[in-house]
Amino acid sequence: MGVEIRVEGLTKSFGRQVIWQDVSLSIPAGEISVLLGPSGTGKSVFLKTLVGLLKPDRGHIWIGDRDLPYLPEHQLYETRKLFGVLFQDGALFGSMNLFDNIAFPLREHTRKTEAEVKRIVLEKMDLVGLIGAEHKLPGEISGGMKKRAGLARALVLDPEILLVDEPDSGLDPVRTAFLNQVFIDLNAQLDCTFLIVTHDINTARTVPDNIGLLYQRHLAMFGPREMLLSSEEPVVRQFLNASKVGPIGMSEEKDASELEAEARMGLDSGKLPPIAPQQMPSNGLLRRGQHAPGAWCAAHGVTPPPGSFVDELGRNWVEEWPRYVASFGQNAAAQGGGHVPLGKGPGAQH
Amino acid sequence: MTTPGIGADQEGRKKGGGSSAALRRFSDGATNVAIKEPGRFFALCLDTFRAMFQRPFQWREFIQQSWFIVSVTVVPTMLVAIPFGGILSLQVGGLIRQLGAQSFTGATAVVAIVREASPLVTSLLVAGAAGSAMCADIGSRKIREEIDAMEVLGINPLHRLVVPRMLACAFIALFLNGLVSVVGLIGGYVFNVVLQDGTPGAYLASFNAIAQLPDLLQAEIKAFVFGITAGLVAAYKGLNAKGGPKGVGDAVNQTVVITFMLLFLENFIISALYFQFVPSKGM
Repeated sequence: MGVEIRVEGLTKSFGRQVIWQDVSLSIPAGEISVLLGPSGTGKSVFLKTLVGLLKPDRGHIWIGDRDLPYLPEHQLYETRKLFGVLFQDGALFGSMNLFDNIAFPLREHTRKTEAEVKRIVLEKMDLVGLIGAEHKLPGEISGGMKKRAGLARALVLDPEILLVDEPDSGLDPVRTAFLNQVFIDLNAQLDCTFLIVTHDINTARTVPDNIGLLYQRHLAMFGPREMLLSSEEPVVRQFLNASKVGPIGMSEEKDASELEAEARMGLDSGKLPPIAPQQMPSNGLLRRGQHAPGAWCAAHGVTPPPGSFVDELGRNWVEEWPRYVASFGQNAAAQGGGHVPLGKGPGAQH
Repeated sequence: MTTPGIGADQEGRKKGGGSSAALRRFSDGATNVAIKEPGRFFALCLDTFRAMFQRPFQWREFIQQSWFIVSVTVVPTMLVAIPFGGILSLQVGGLIRQLGAQSFTGATAVVAIVREASPLVTSLLVAGAAGSAMCADIGSRKIREEIDAMEVLGINPLHRLVVPRMLACAFIALFLNGLVSVVGLIGGYVFNVVLQDGTPGAYLASFNAIAQLPDLLQAEIKAFVFGITAGLVAAYKGLNAKGGPKGVGDAVNQTVVITFMLLFLENFIISALYFQFVPSKGM
């Protein structure tokens, strides 16, 4: 059932170099959040701090009622069983084949029989499209395959929290799209809390419920997807539109003269592009607890850019949404009231 | 747009430039080498010691590692031990002959090979072959994030990787020490009897006159301690490798150097204690 992660005043530095300071945010239970930021802003460090691999200088990370950085060792290892983590290049054990890699957590932490282990492992390998590669060693497969195998390994214990470090790096756009769909479907099925660190703007615009942006050693903004996508804050706007115009330069920050020149030339990152509708779970799956499209904008009196929430089939999801939700109600009624939608319904707010 | 805050590092940099910054860098480095590194190393030793009693013991890893260490050390050990025994016989035998105590060449073999040379040769091989291989293995796992992945999966890498390796290293060091003693003595014997025209009887008699069981025991204790030390240093350097493949190379390099220095120091201490507590056998 997903667990909320509450981060309070987190600060981390290596020696004299401050990575980020005073980061406070709360990653809501059962939702998908994406953390963005220019290269080298410590996104991976943040992820590693969240699982207790790195100790912050100050601040708290609350997982339920446990303050992760200050837990004694055995409790820390216990708490980590809630997490599934996908590292940047998969972090597979080089001496084991893919099957053993993915079976590793099951063999270590559960008393399942070999037959059960095999069933679960093959199921997860099927999910990430790796059937047939069971006996390959990590050294023999491509980066994208390693990543998918790493994801399968992170999933075998049905984690409550899934942390994903750059799922799209080294992956072709089609596989990235499929992987994004896998995330959405997993979230619908397991209802686990997701934090995805990425550079892929397309992922950031269509997958998450919440977006955060790390910039210049601070959390520039964290909030619902629609809030950031309709934000006029220069950094957020530049980053989410992958634009050259704005405060972020090649080496972290542009100086005043460059910004002035941009202003003189009347350069602007242009109008905000329309907010794309959020990706839905695959057909036949349960509805996931996502927010109604446009709800945040409506509640905060923000007019979304024209053409927002329209998908490639031309359907406007603001209008489509009640029907979509109702269809789940009918299905549930038809199945004898089986699944109660987890959604907070239209107008739900943080 | 305003810059959202300035990092403490920048504030720090403003205060001191030039020579004071250089001084601070130097003092940082000195503190690191003198206090922080040894501190972290001892912390790792204590954690590993605690992890040693965690169940279940990783027998499979222990046996695999033992076999691995044997495979990388046995042949070089023998190849080093034979000339070592020979050289000792040649050098000391020549000297002893000049003093007219030719019949005592066998005794020098005990003193030189069993007490000192065999633990030292063992230490060289344990540090140079086993320790470096172990550090490279753990270090490459570290930079591939395998260690992190293991921790995230709720498994203590000290218990899973370091303890079996360290114990395997100590376990094999015991046998290596025995091997060096035997091979070294045979080498010495052959050189003494065949090349220097010594008599087998005198060699064995003088050997028996001065050899005692504690000689072998102290050598075995040394070997055990050397094995543990080499395992711990390799694990420490491997687990702290950073900066990609070059980092692993540096870590291996440092492991070998640090292990050598520690082993020679330990050898000196144990030998000194041995002479204090165990009286030499009279002739």
